[in-house]
Amino acid sequence: MKQFLTLLMALTLFIAPAAAQSPGPLRIEIDEGVIEPLPYAVPDFVADSGAGAEFGRNIARVIAADLSGTGLFRELPKEAFISQITSFSSPVQFADWKAINAQALIAGAVSVDSQGKLVVRFRVYDVFAGQELGQGQQLVGTQDGWRRIAHKIADQVYSRITGEGGYFDSRVVYVAESGPKDKRAKRLAIMDYDGANVKYLTDSAAIVLAPRFSPTGDRILYTSYETGEPRIYVLNIANVNRRVLETQAGTMSFAPRFGPDGQTVVYSQTQGGNTDLFAMNIASGSATRLTTTPSIETAPSFSPDGSQIVFESDRSGTPQLYIMSSGGGEARRISFGQGRYGTPVWSPRGDLVAFTKQSKGRFHIGVMRTDGSEERLLTASFLDEGPTWAPNGRVIMFTRETQGAAGKAGLYSVDISGRNLKPVTTESGASDPAWSPLQN
Amino acid sequence: MTYLSKTLLLCAGLALAACTNADRFGGANGGAGGAGSGAFEPGSAQDPKSPLYFQQTVGDRVLFQVDQSTLTPQAQVTLDGQAQWLTSNPEFNATIEGHADEQGTREYNVALGARRSNSVQEYLVSRGVAPNRLKVVSFGKERPIEICSEEACYAKNRRAVTVVSVVPVS
Repeated sequence: MKQFLTLLMALTLFIAPAAAQSPGPLRIEIDEGVIEPLPYAVPDFVADSGAGAEFGRNIARVIAADLSGTGLFRELPKEAFISQITSFSSPVQFADWKAINAQALIAGAVSVDSQGKLVVRFRVYDVFAGQELGQGQQLVGTQDGWRRIAHKIADQVYSRITGEGGYFDSRVVYVAESGPKDKRAKRLAIMDYDGANVKYLTDSAAIVLAPRFSPTGDRILYTSYETGEPRIYVLNIANVNRRVLETQAGTMSFAPRFGPDGQTVVYSQTQGGNTDLFAMNIASGSATRLTTTPSIETAPSFSPDGSQIVFESDRSGTPQLYIMSSGGGEARRISFGQGRYGTPVWSPRGDLVAFTKQSKGRFHIGVMRTDGSEERLLTASFLDEGPTWAPNGRVIMFTRETQGAAGKAGLYSVDISGRNLKPVTTESGASDPAWSPLQN
Repeated sequence: MTYLSKTLLLCAGLALAACTNADRFGGANGGAGGAGSGAFEPGSAQDPKSPLYFQQTVGDRVLFQVDQSTLTPQAQVTLDGQAQWLTSNPEFNATIEGHADEQGTREYNVALGARRSNSVQEYLVSRGVAPNRLKVVSFGKERPIEICSEEACYAKNRRAVTVVSVVPVS
């Protein structure tokens, strides 16, 4: 097992601009309809020291995978380059990059300093304006952390060109699955958002379900059958210590989610066949009951400001989505389309709720506004479920399970526009992804 | 329930066991055992006090309609037999495991399975089984027994299974 990543990273201003930069014309408006991916070039980062060469190549490859993976950018192949970047400080030959229609150029340099730290500098150019886009920066980190440095640079490029927050320097916790459908082994795993650096957090002795990150990304809440029945656990990612959250004796508890304060946990508790929502202060262990109906209330999710909870309930006869105050009380239904709605997840931007919808024997991942309007289905398959939001609220990851006796679960991602549906590479079967916030 | 009717039911069960299992295993147990204990090895499926007998002859599971936790008349017959067996075998406790088919989201199915195991528990209690002998748990859609993605399999997966185990001596 790879040692847990300890990354010391300093983000420092590298070059002060000669004058205040005015926003260049280089821009992708993500909200516009059909997008022609923006052509860009990212030559291998120049090695300022002997040890930097391999890092220089690898970092450029990860940046390209991040950017092209969004579907918003298209990388120009090395073979097309007229100019090469051989020195980070030499002037850029804009005409050569214009000639191959590279609208953005990302140039960088890598060295290893006397303490063995990786030092990476980069600049983003708006080729057609013939100037830098934003300021050059320098990032310093451990050599092990080279992928994170690449993701941070890609986040910068993405932000500068789209005006949106990035999401590449993030992780995903999920349930790794193996074995046949009737004896499936499940264990918690964590990886970078792109599938790299997988680490297993539990063994597969007990079924585990639906992990969720804390708002700071340091802890994970999940459900485990360790004691034979579903109970809630909180796990510290750095040292992999876990403890059970003591809920009422003689009950089953599951579906735990953190509130934005990182202290409140909302969850489902079942007693006498009836499942209701409860909230607990994770430090004191004191719990409050939020719903009192005889129906099933589960799959809660806090609004980003913590004031409201969206959840799933079958109080109307079929599972539908409802929003109530985070203190409980009256709930208003927000799903009114045909079919069954479940697993609502509030977007980090606060504007949308992602959900699973079952209709006419198919499963969909969809989004709607928090008042239930503008419902849009983004996917359709035999079984899609459990959406989770990228930190910038632009991309959704979810579980897709294939049909039949040999059916397997895997992770997929899709833009909230419905474009760019693609599998996320994992070592084994995978389900129940939860996306972390952006790392620091 | 009188002693007589209980004995009759057990005998009926035994006869059935003999029918189904003797054929399967070539009647190897025929003739063994003393008078009154029946022709079986203790603990085997022919032993009316064995968990195997409970599983195979009494019937350890009941099935549910889509999204339902209501007991069908057929399920009630099976549960009458379970209650009878549990009353006659007080050295056993039971855990009732509720399950759902794969047509539903994961956490909702945990709650649905809990409704199903609870229906069974309530029925068994209404038929005289002490509540403190019964535990309920739900596995949602995590442990199907049939793995095809068709109604034939789904129907068998929407179930509540009563698992009996000897009460630990305290």
